[in-house]
Amino acid sequence: MHPYLPHTKQDVKDMLKVIGVNSIEQLFDDIPESIRFQGELSLQDSLSELEVSAAISSLAAQNRGTDQLACFLGAGAYDHYIPSIVRHIAGRSEFYTAYTPYQPEVSQGSLQVIFEYQTMISELTGLPVANASHYDGATACAEAAFMAQSSTRRKNIIVSQTVNPQTRKVLKTYLKFKGLNLIEVAENNGSTDVEQMKAAIDRDTAAVIMQSPNFLGIIEDIAEIEQAVHAEKGLLILSVDPISLAILKSPGELGADIAVGEGQSLGNTLSFGGPYLGFIATTKKLMRKLPGRIAGQTVDANDKRGFVLTMQAREQHIRRARATSNITSNQALNALMAAAYLVTMGKQGLVEVASLCVKKAHYTARQIARLPGYSLLFDKPFFKEFAVQGKVEIPELNDKLLQADILGGYDLSQEYPQYPNSMLLCVTEKRTKAEIDKLVSEMEGAL
Amino acid sequence: MIEYNKLIFELSQPTRQAYMLPPCDVQMEEAAELLPEKFLRQQAPALPEVSELDAVRHFTLLSNKNYGIDTGFYPLGSCTMKYNPKINENLASMPGFTSLHPLQPEETVQGALKIMYELQNILAEISGMARVSLQPAAGSQGELTGLMIIKAYHQQCGQGHRSKIIIPDSAHGTNPASVSMTGYQAVEIKSNAQGTVDLAELKAVLDSDTAGLMLTNPNTLGLFEQDIVEIARLVHECGGLLYYDGANMNANLGITRPGDMGFDIVHYNLHKTFSTPHGGGGPGSGPVGVVDKLVEFLPMPWVVIKDGKYVLDSSAAQSIGSVKSFYGNFGILVRAYVYLLTMGGNGLKRVSELAVLNSNYMKERLKKHYRLPFDHVCKHEFVLAGIGPNEHDITTLDIAKRLIDYGYHPPTIYFPLIVDSALMIEPTETENKETLDGFIDALIAIAHEAIEDPEKLKTAPHCTPVSRLDEVKAARDLVLKYTNS
Amino acid sequence: MIIMENCLYTKEHEWVRVDLDTVLIGITDYAQHAMGEIVYVELPEDDAAYEQGEVFGVVESVKAASDIYMPLSGTVIKVNTELEDDPGLINSDPYQNWIVGVKLNDSKQLDGLMNAVEYEQFCNSIDSN
Repeated sequence: MHPYLPHTKQDVKDMLKVIGVNSIEQLFDDIPESIRFQGELSLQDSLSELEVSAAISSLAAQNRGTDQLACFLGAGAYDHYIPSIVRHIAGRSEFYTAYTPYQPEVSQGSLQVIFEYQTMISELTGLPVANASHYDGATACAEAAFMAQSSTRRKNIIVSQTVNPQTRKVLKTYLKFKGLNLIEVAENNGSTDVEQMKAAIDRDTAAVIMQSPNFLGIIEDIAEIEQAVHAEKGLLILSVDPISLAILKSPGELGADIAVGEGQSLGNTLSFGGPYLGFIATTKKLMRKLPGRIAGQTVDANDKRGFVLTMQAREQHIRRARATSNITSNQALNALMAAAYLVTMGKQGLVEVASLCVKKAHYTARQIARLPGYSLLFDKPFFKEFAVQGKVEIPELNDKLLQADILGGYDLSQEYPQYPNSMLLCVTEKRTKAEIDKLVSEMEGAL
Repeated sequence: MIEYNKLIFELSQPTRQAYMLPPCDVQMEEAAELLPEKFLRQQAPALPEVSELDAVRHFTLLSNKNYGIDTGFYPLGSCTMKYNPKINENLASMPGFTSLHPLQPEETVQGALKIMYELQNILAEISGMARVSLQPAAGSQGELTGLMIIKAYHQQCGQGHRSKIIIPDSAHGTNPASVSMTGYQAVEIKSNAQGTVDLAELKAVLDSDTAGLMLTNPNTLGLFEQDIVEIARLVHECGGLLYYDGANMNANLGITRPGDMGFDIVHYNLHKTFSTPHGGGGPGSGPVGVVDKLVEFLPMPWVVIKDGKYVLDSSAAQSIGSVKSFYGNFGILVRAYVYLLTMGGNGLKRVSELAVLNSNYMKERLKKHYRLPFDHVCKHEFVLAGIGPNEHDITTLDIAKRLIDYGYHPPTIYFPLIVDSALMIEPTETENKETLDGFIDALIAIAHEAIEDPEKLKTAPHCTPVSRLDEVKAARDLVLKYTNS
Repeated sequence: MIIMENCLYTKEHEWVRVDLDTVLIGITDYAQHAMGEIVYVELPEDDAAYEQGEVFGVVESVKAASDIYMPLSGTVIKVNTELEDDPGLINSDPYQNWIVGVKLNDSKQLDGLMNAVEYEQFCNSIDSN
């Protein structure tokens, strides 16, 4: 018998008898013969735990990840420290084997976690209402664009080219099929071309999407763009790095109407690109346009505090074709990990992480800038990522770094052909001085 | 054990901490000096300040207030709450997978790419599709992707005017919502007296504006759409495509394939059929498979073999683009792959056979005590219509809440919409007969209680951390975050 | 079910009451009963102009969301903002708690609405279906 299939022969016999048929095959008599699958699926037969473990372990061993390499690669996914307790909490099967909390009386754990997560996202973003999370940062941004369209009844979404290219690709897909226009505004020397952006904003602008720190690492100066888009009664959507919000001005302070971002940095492993979580927070005015789950506080029949999913009339299971989004659930387990991370790091810890990122990234930048043959691509304020240009081909440089157990930076020429021989480096709190110094010396040696 | 009713914010004490970081080992100015003041936040976010044990205990006590598959029977219809194998979790947690950066050089991630490649192929084989994209993050996003493919295909064929997607009235609510998100119009058709697609209704709405039909088979009533071949012929004949909502795939493994039924596009819910955990509402994974003529429209990238190496290919010119960052929920893909190896081809077929056996057994035993609107052989799930009008106005909600007192998670209720007071029950194959019998006996006992002790149902549940919650208050006096007052 | 003699009605269960040179519009007792406890009313902006049959607002309960349709073409001249803080007022008295006041474009459109007797028959006919 297979360990996941508990039926004894006697069970099957007894059950068939109750049903009143002679064989399991009879239960499939309603399927027309012409579409019955003939033969067997071309899969191998079932394997034992020992065999599967051996097979999968050998595949894992063919990978070389950030557990073996010093990671200076960021570009939307980040190698931050994950406290031990995060995995233990997310590993509690009462959390991970539950479904979305439809029956609140037996889901108070999940619901309270969402409520606490929402509270902390609201605190980070400086906006009053957050949802229970979305698939990832890119899709959260696309949903924010839909919110803007629904709220302003306008069809043009303007996005800066300094927004993560992955996010812009997803925006392009989502908007195209919804019949909305995506207008890209060029970058200029590492940040958004403010004049061009202001010129692009008009009465048809539903929203402007900015990212800060932007994809190139630079902290954008939002002020003028914020004024320009609000003057035309459009919305400002700001995509942010949640770690940076410990020390950088929040989207709320900057006048954003919607804040979105990739939440992977908050206690979630890199995991080759997913699962991650996207966060969305907004103003009271726009909260009814928020997609996805939202938990709210209430009381039970005995006046005891409890939590439920609320504002559900926004959602697909009630509004069906008229819902603003089709999302059915959230990234609950990833949001749990984000919540556990934020609780563990706490008020001081997140500031410490953010400060370490700034200091170590600036240290690294300074060391590299000193090397003959390399220079910083932009002279603008940055957080944990910065671009360097060198007299080397980036793929070759990265090959050499890899041989020295270093995961090098992101080759910018892939998405920004105006910057050849340039790469985006990321330095988190995890990188040690020894690793950084090794990176610098290997880069020097590669010249 | 004493009852726990604290928010993490209520445990917070200034300067307490649950972390320790190494001292800064580089000589640098402080962050506030390295960055212009105008960008800096004046006040640090008010996150909680607790010790490590405080944090661990808080979340552990919260987990105790949750019901999961590991806690007990969870027969949610259309959700396939089967056992989530522990080996999936162990293997997916190996650093060789969790520590991979998505933009690493391909030569450093050959093992990961091989898993994706193999999974693409196995999923294609199971559904009879030509090719599968693993990118969509969830079933709902798989649907959205499928509809985008339909639209891109029609546009390429010069049929961009096609505007209608036909959906039966028994469909999941996501179907019409996804249709709207792609700028299509949802056209709902009524089911016939047998609970399946009414061919006359279908014929009446099919025309040159039809872009496609969305269907799940077995449908949400757990009934196999026996006219599926004719349905497919009719839709194809008028130039439309057929989309298969994979929520109910657990009935079909190795028995019948959407591709053979005539479907053009399929999404899979790895978190349903393929045993990956639901995570309390995510992460899921919703790969999409298509027939030959639609391959070039799939989202990019996918994994191919080139010169003996696994590589990510983004070259399809007609691709709808990306629907998500990177390549899909990789951690979930690993779990599903582990499950497929563990079950094997032979095991998968047995999965569907036993899922259907369990469902029919429960239906037979329960139909004397609850209304059964469609008394045919069912597939992996079935739908009861509550106990009917009764003296004490006991509702399906009351029955569901009372089930909690008996130690069970309630079935899906009030869905599908076409069944009054619906209880939608999906036992899955991983539950044994004793568990099914226990649940059935509980439902029968509750049907008696509805007559003899109705108050017990109306005030249920009685042994949960909270009793019935005031959803009206929650929606009227919105409290969506903690505020220190 | 309460039906007021002094109102006119639509098939979407809105009522219309002529009040000097404007009309007040709300949803009927039948509608509020079908919705259950109302938790939110989405109101239109002042001065917004609508054609007959256009959606001008939404009422939400915990289990449903229902569009409110403009029974007659016109311009919104007042909005019952009390409903923002206390949407349950519609449950307690749906005829007293109007949603918007509208200046009509064409008072002849009033002739197309049902009177109390017709509306009662209409409600009975959908209930018996």
